Amino acid sequence: MSEDRLLRLGHLYPRQMNIYGDRGNITCLGRRCRLRDIRLEVTDLGPGQSFAADEFDLLFMGGAQDHEQRLVAEDLAGTKGESLRAAVESGAVFLAVCGGYQLAGYFYRGADGEELRGAGALDLHTIHPGDRAPRLIGNLVATWEGGELAGFENHGGRTYLGPASVPLARVIKGFGNDGASGFEGARRLNAFGTYLHGPLLPKNAVFTDHLIALALGRKYGDANLQPLEDDLETRAHAAAVRAAGAR
Amino acid sequence: MPSLRTRAGVVAAKIASASSRGLGRGGGTAVGGLAGLRVAPSMASELARSLGHGCVLITGTNGKTTTSHLLAAIARAAGWGVVANASGSNLMRGLTGSLAAAAGIDGALVNGGSSLGIFEVDEAVIPQATQELRPRAIVFLDLFRDQLDRYGEVEAVAALWRRALDRATDNPTLILNADDPAVASLGEGDRRQAVYFGINDQELNRGRTEHAADAITCTCGTDYDYGLAYFGHLGHWRCPNCGRARPVTQVTARDVDLADGRRLAFSIGAPEKGTRLTMGLGGLYNVYNALGAIAAALALGIPEDAVVRGITGAGAAFGRQEAFQVDGRRVEVFLGKNPAGLNQVLATLALDPTRKTALFALNDGIADGRDVSWIWDADYEVLSRQFEHVIVTGIRAEEMALRLKYAEWPEETLVVEPDMTAALDRALNLTPDGGCLSVVPTYTAMLLLREMLARKAGTKEYWHS
Repeated sequence: MSEDRLLRLGHLYPRQMNIYGDRGNITCLGRRCRLRDIRLEVTDLGPGQSFAADEFDLLFMGGAQDHEQRLVAEDLAGTKGESLRAAVESGAVFLAVCGGYQLAGYFYRGADGEELRGAGALDLHTIHPGDRAPRLIGNLVATWEGGELAGFENHGGRTYLGPASVPLARVIKGFGNDGASGFEGARRLNAFGTYLHGPLLPKNAVFTDHLIALALGRKYGDANLQPLEDDLETRAHAAAVRAAGAR
Repeated sequence: MPSLRTRAGVVAAKIASASSRGLGRGGGTAVGGLAGLRVAPSMASELARSLGHGCVLITGTNGKTTTSHLLAAIARAAGWGVVANASGSNLMRGLTGSLAAAAGIDGALVNGGSSLGIFEVDEAVIPQATQELRPRAIVFLDLFRDQLDRYGEVEAVAALWRRALDRATDNPTLILNADDPAVASLGEGDRRQAVYFGINDQELNRGRTEHAADAITCTCGTDYDYGLAYFGHLGHWRCPNCGRARPVTQVTARDVDLADGRRLAFSIGAPEKGTRLTMGLGGLYNVYNALGAIAAALALGIPEDAVVRGITGAGAAFGRQEAFQVDGRRVEVFLGKNPAGLNQVLATLALDPTRKTALFALNDGIADGRDVSWIWDADYEVLSRQFEHVIVTGIRAEEMALRLKYAEWPEETLVVEPDMTAALDRALNLTPDGGCLSVVPTYTAMLLLREMLARKAGTKEYWHS
């Protein structure tokens, strides 16, 4: 009888950073783990709640409105930012979406010029060019190492990667990080940042399983995942790619 | 006497909307409004001024159409004429088109002197509509996360409203939902005249706010405490830090009975000598819509007996809990266009466990919201064991089905049929004779399905009624 494997996920700022259906990423991880007899234990990490760098196998941070991002930036400046940096450096799996992606970087400069310090866990910074510039909105398709990502982006900020980050994916349709570089997202070790809502994981089952496998491999030395019946996931992915006009 | 320009505008509007209908392109009210505005940019303003009872604007994320419908029923019960954008086109062109449609060829409103204008207004259009139509009252129902790709932020809309009210020189009466912190805050400030409505019922307390809750943080940065939490972020809220709290309500609903989700009963007025109202609409969210209409009516001086008759006798509004009889089956349509509204629809469906067949339709047009991520913020999990057959359709049918799969709806109950006509037929076939088909579409899907259902049921198109 095999023992249940356990993965601990730290959900950063679930109440402040939850605006674009991003909690669906957690729902998706939860179900895909459960079907493989892996227990996914989710802990909420709100403002004021600290965590140790080795406490979680996975960390997640979603998107937010401007007002909430300010609150989060203040909180990240405390021990949480330190723990996040250390967790990423030690190889913990980290997924940061949109506002989370921006605040995972070094700083976010808003439309009014106000600068918010980020956690510095990813080598990047984001600049909002001002309200006259168009927002980067629409369906997006991009290719990453393991295949194709399909989702929806909606951001005013333009993100620029530093030398310690590489892009997550190459844009086929859509704007991506800055509407010019042709790239979307960022990655460093097992940390991934992206602008993709959708939410990202349900429609990109291969990427989701990649994250789970990374966490399993790091913790148990065995990244084997039994395949799931993903007919609907595949069809939904194809539909999202069609919606982007990429097929 | 309307100005020459306005008269020309009215004629232009009538020609444009008639030809739009003639070409089979739909009701044409908005098309007419656009044409009229090109000729006479201030025609809406001028026409509205001749409304004998003035006009009321109704806005918010959810409930505009139903509340307008209810207020219209009350006004008619009082013997008033009504000019409304009943077709739901709630941008300036729609409002203008409705006014033009209510005018004669001479450019004057027919029976304008005894009429009340009731206009549902898109949240972003409140500044312009307030300035041009100079309403006597404005009803603010709620503020939820809606089409993120259109507005970007819930707070931006609240700020927009505040600025619009600051600029409203004739100080319209604000009819405000006290149970919604963002809406209630619009009444703050000496200049504002506010009438607050809300619900007072312990039995409805969920204990805590749901995931789809917005505005859960006070302006001072502290999370609100809820003495009673009804749904979304609505309830009896209070800031433990700066003391801001839900204002006392002048129009209050008590002892709410949700029954099987197809009707409502609640008491209004002082606890001992109040009136018990019954409505042919279901769901807790419709109590708020009724309260908004009642509060507006009372603020306008409409007598109570007309209020009671209007509310009790009002049927369903366009596409909102409308019911159709098709081949011996009852088909009920519940518009679901954002997480908070959809959660209320799901909760209402759950009130009747005999609902066994459902049709979900997800489109991603501009009016539906191009970003369909929002379906992951709605709590479909609450109905995972309810339905035996679920047909999923619309432009993003596959993603809707995926959401249901992850909400633990049994995959064998799901049928994905992107073609809406085929999907409706399939759904009807899977509904037992004498049974009920529950239809939950997004906005543009609702328009298509409603048209199909109306044809099958032999009902008239909306613009003839």
